[in-house]
Parts: sequence; structure tokens; C-alpha cells
Amino acid sequence: MSHAVELRGVQKSFGNTSVIRNVNLIVMKGERHALIGPNGAGKSTLFNLISGHMKPTAGSILLKDEIVSGLPPYQINRRGLSRSFQVTNVFSKMSVWENIRCAILWATGHRYAFWKNIDNLPEVRERTAQVLREINLTSRRDVPAGLLAYAEQRTLEIGITTAGGADVILLDEPTAGMSLSETERAALLIRRLTEGRTLLIVEHDMSVVFGLADRISVLVYGQIIASGTPDEIRGNPKVKEAYLGAEPR
Amino acid sequence: MTDLSNVAALLGSISSKKLRFFGSWIATAIALLALPCIFSSGGSLTTFSLIGISIIFSLSYNILLGQTGMLSFGHAVYYGLGGFLAIHGMNLIVASKLPVPLPLVPLIGGISGLFFAAIFGWVPTRRSRTAFAMISLGVAELVASSSLILRSFFGGEAGISANRTKLLPVFGWNFGPQIQIYYLVAFWTLLAVIAMYALTRTPLGRMCNAVRDNPERVQFVGYDPHVIRFLAFCIAGFFAGIAGALAAINFEIANAAYLGAAQSFVVLMATYIGGVGFFIGPIIGAIFVTYLSLALSDLTTVWQLYFGLFFVAVVMLAPGGITGLLMKHRPLVRAGTIVKVLRAYLVALVPTLTMITGLILGIEIVVQHTINAGEDPHTKAFGVHFNAASPLIWLLATALVIGGFVVGRPAWRWVAKAWDEALNTAREKGIHA
Repeated sequence: MSHAVELRGVQKSFGNTSVIRNVNLIVMKGERHALIGPNGAGKSTLFNLISGHMKPTAGSILLKDEIVSGLPPYQINRRGLSRSFQVTNVFSKMSVWENIRCAILWATGHRYAFWKNIDNLPEVRERTAQVLREINLTSRRDVPAGLLAYAEQRTLEIGITTAGGADVILLDEPTAGMSLSETERAALLIRRLTEGRTLLIVEHDMSVVFGLADRISVLVYGQIIASGTPDEIRGNPKVKEAYLGAEPR
Repeated sequence: MTDLSNVAALLGSISSKKLRFFGSWIATAIALLALPCIFSSGGSLTTFSLIGISIIFSLSYNILLGQTGMLSFGHAVYYGLGGFLAIHGMNLIVASKLPVPLPLVPLIGGISGLFFAAIFGWVPTRRSRTAFAMISLGVAELVASSSLILRSFFGGEAGISANRTKLLPVFGWNFGPQIQIYYLVAFWTLLAVIAMYALTRTPLGRMCNAVRDNPERVQFVGYDPHVIRFLAFCIAGFFAGIAGALAAINFEIANAAYLGAAQSFVVLMATYIGGVGFFIGPIIGAIFVTYLSLALSDLTTVWQLYFGLFFVAVVMLAPGGITGLLMKHRPLVRAGTIVKVLRAYLVALVPTLTMITGLILGIEIVVQHTINAGEDPHTKAFGVHFNAASPLIWLLATALVIGGFVVGRPAWRWVAKAWDEALNTAREKGIHA
């Protein structure tokens, strides 16, 4: 089995503060991998490094066995990695329909075309409609994204992330701020949308993590202290001490 | 039978949609053709020509400001260079007896605008917002100052001129009379407006909006925001160049004023006053600003001051511009509650106009005492004669301003109340903006 994402000795420091300290991590192709850890452990920074939002201070990051560290985010996205954001990050003045369509245009090969009428691209239209059906926002298609309810915005965020058909999906706390029932629905949606793809997810809700993940890695103070199946992580004394014990949920 | 009528109905609905779309463009074309029959004086033909040029220029500016979220302080550079190269092109065509007719000359301007936008645009479009605005200002100053240094190309302060009638005639037209220039401008305006409208409906056009809304997120759906901004910049430069070439054809001259900061600010103002949020906004702004600047400059010597005040008023009171303000009323019209608001407007109009009249009078008195100091105090502004030295006129101006304000305040509050009520009624009926 080959690796979807691999981190080799990755370090990141801001000035004298090192946030990520020598992280080695392997995400297998097709697995759902959860990244957990207390607040400030560096989970979002790690996502920023993998997606090209930041450049690592040292070490290298591989996407499908090719080095991608140092590439800009759009290059990494074109190689099949797509991420969502912890703070909702959509095109707020554009409609729900247009938000999803933006995420599809590059993948369908239309790129910077200024000679094609966007309404005459059947494959773009069909795929946008399909994604909207999948994330259950068809009835809200003409609403500006900024006017959606919070949970709907989070769903749209997941929709934008998965719409382009990337085979490696990074989700940064997709259920943060959601109610219990919304969280359940979001977890189901994530499971459905990432079928047959690789998922790396940062999540605080342990029921989501243990229900969804094939493997879990625990990040504490910028270091991976454990990696394994949910059962292994549950039984790991180091994890209990550093994370689960300190912050019971 | 029913099958057939169903098919007919389906065909009808498709074609009626298309008909309405193409119909509106055809109607515009017919209106443009018919306009000179109604207003046939040379003065109004010149005004129409200038409005057409301004429409192209403002729409090209809105590709940057409204569509892609880039505030440029140097858009006149591409307008001006388009104008200069059009003049050089015309002179070259005449001197070498090339078989190029005048209607193709705007293309020279467009290609020049595109060329220089591609050269000057790569670096500033790396950044957005403030950094982009500052670099665009720097480039504008660089080009404007070199226009006075490179005399052989720009012709120094006098500029360079050409004779538009010496080119190959088209169907017997030599483009001497203003009416022929009007039709030339109208043709290019319609073409450019259609092209720029079509641009908003393309993948690039939609991604420009995405970059405006959230340049960070764009990178994570596969796009390089720098490339999008750069392409928008080049296309805006192309259409600005066409506008500049048309201006050069109209005046048969190009000089340093074409690419100066003042010209850049005029297009910014026209676009913003019209409204950047809608495609039609800059068209309305261009018509409004061109017409008003021509009309105001006949009425008063300090017309630029009034323009400045009006611009400030729009920025503060109607940030969506004229179009944004009008579009705000759309839900009220649909809910049928517009009448209440209009009634409140009418009432508030009286004190507001009183106040503005007093303000204008005050400004004109001050102008007479400062700019025209020592001259005859009996003066005329907006067609009204008055004696700026008389204390009565001072009193009148003060009374109008204060009186208008005192009566106006409750009236404006009434407008706000009527507006809120009308909007609430519209919301209750489920009608949103």
C-alpha cells in the first residue's frame, strides 16, 4: 500500500518558538486518519504545512510519493490535495451555487478560460448540481454564502473542499461549533463524501474521531506521541496522560 | 396535438429567454442609431461621443475595481498610451499609405493598452489591496513624468496630433463630420460593452469575483490569484486602450493629460459614483459624470469642487453608488410598499434642496471673494445673478442652510422610518433583496 501523505522530520518555527518539532507521519492511501491533540498542539499549523499555506523550516512533505513542500497551495491542490478551514472560509458574496462551481472549474479543465460561456458548460453544471445534492444545499443554491446559517456554511465549506474531486482531503475541525445533531449529520456526510478517498481530519469531538477514523495520530506540543488504530490509541498510557486524561470528554 | 403544443411551449420559453437577452442588445443598438435623429446638434453629438468613450473606460476600470477587487490609481496609463499609439498609428498609416480604415484604429489602441498592461501589470498584481494601489500609483507617476521627458514620442506639453480624415474612406465616409465619429464611437461602445459583459459570464470572470471575495481560498481550489489578477489587469488595459484611441480619434490629438493622475481619478469617480457592484453601474456613472462635468463647467468656475463634494456624499451616504441605491428599492417595488417611501422622499426633498441651494450660494460667494477677488461683485452662477458683496446674500445663504437643516432633520428621520416600515412589510411578504 502506498502513502497518500508522508511527513519526514518536518519542523516549523516562528522566530525562536518551534511549533512543529520533528514530525514523522504517514497517511496511507484510502484510509481515514484523524489527528487529535490538545489546543495549541500545532494541528492547524501542520495542516497549513501540508497544504502549502506555510513552508516548513526543515524536513520534507510528500504527496503520493512526490515532494510537495515548498510548492504554493494551488500547485499542491492541482496534484490532488484539498483542504477545509477551521474558520469558515467561503466566497461570502457569491451564491452557494457559484461557491461550488468555483471549486469545480479547475478540475474540469476550464482554468483561466475567458472565451467560454460558463452557463454553456454542461459538465460543470451537472457536477455542481450533483455536489449540491450530496451536501443537501440544493434548496439554498441562490443564497449568498455569507447569509447561510452557521451549520450550512460549514457544510458548504466541506462541499467546496471535496467538489474538485481531490483524492486526498484535509478537514480542519469540520464540526466545530455545531450542535449534537448537526455534528452527527456532518460526520455522516464526511463519511459519504470521502468514500474511496484519503482523509486526514483534525477533530475535537471524540465520538466523531473514534467513529470515523481507521487510524489516529496524537500531536502534543508539536510532536506526534502516538499513531495507531482507535483501540491502540485508547489503550496507550502516554496518550491518556498527555491528552485524554488531562481533558476528559 | 397536446404533444405538439407542449413542444411549442417549450421552444417558446427557450427562445423568449434568448429573445429577451438578444432583444435588449438589439434595442440598444437601434436606440444608438436613432439618437442623432433626436439630438442632431454638433454639441450633443460630441457629448454622446465622449459619453461612449467614458463608458468603455469606466467599464474597463470596473473589471479591476468591481469584478476583481483591485483599486487602481493609474488606469489612465493604458487609456493614454492607447491614445498616443493610435495617433502614431494614424500618422504611420497616412505616411505609408497603408490600406487601413479609421474604424480599425481603436484596435491599435487596444493592443497597445494590452501590451503595456502586460509589461507593467505583472509586478503590482502579485499583491492586492493597499500594496497594489500604491504600486499602480507609482507606475502611473513614472509613465506620466516620462511623457514630458520623451518628447519625440509624447510630443511634450503640446502632445501629438493626427488628421483622421486622411485614412482610407469606408463607404464614402472620411470621418470628418462629428456624426460619423459618433457612429464610430457608438459601434465600438456597443462592441466593448457586449464583450465586457460576456467576460463576466466566463470561467475567468467568475474566478475574478472569487479573488475579489476571498483570494486566500482561491489558492485551495487550484487557482493562482496572481494569474487571475494579471489577466484581469491585461483585459482592463485592452479596453482602456480602445477608449483612449477613440478619444484620440475624437480630438485628433493626444497629450500628457490623457495618462495623468487626474484622468485616473475621473474614471475612478465615474465608476464608483455609478456603482461597482453591478455591471450597469459604471455605464450609469460614465453617463452621469461626463454629462454633469460638461454641464457644470458651463455653469460655474469651481465645478470640480462640486464634483468632489458629490463624490464624498456618494461614498458616505450611498457606498453602492447610484445603481446600488436604485437596486435597494427593488424589494420595495416588488412588495408594493414603494409609494410610502416615495412620499417621504418628496417631503424631504424640499428642505434638502433648500439646504443644498444655501450651500451652493455660500460656495459661490466665497469663490467671488477669493478666486475672483477685486473683480466686480455682481456675478452669475448657475444662471442666477447676484451681488456677492451684499450682506443680504450672506444672510440668505446662512438662512437657507440652517433653515433647510432644521426642517430637514425630522423629514430625514421620517424617511428612515418609512424605509424601515416598507422594508419590514416586504420581508414579511417573503421578499428579500
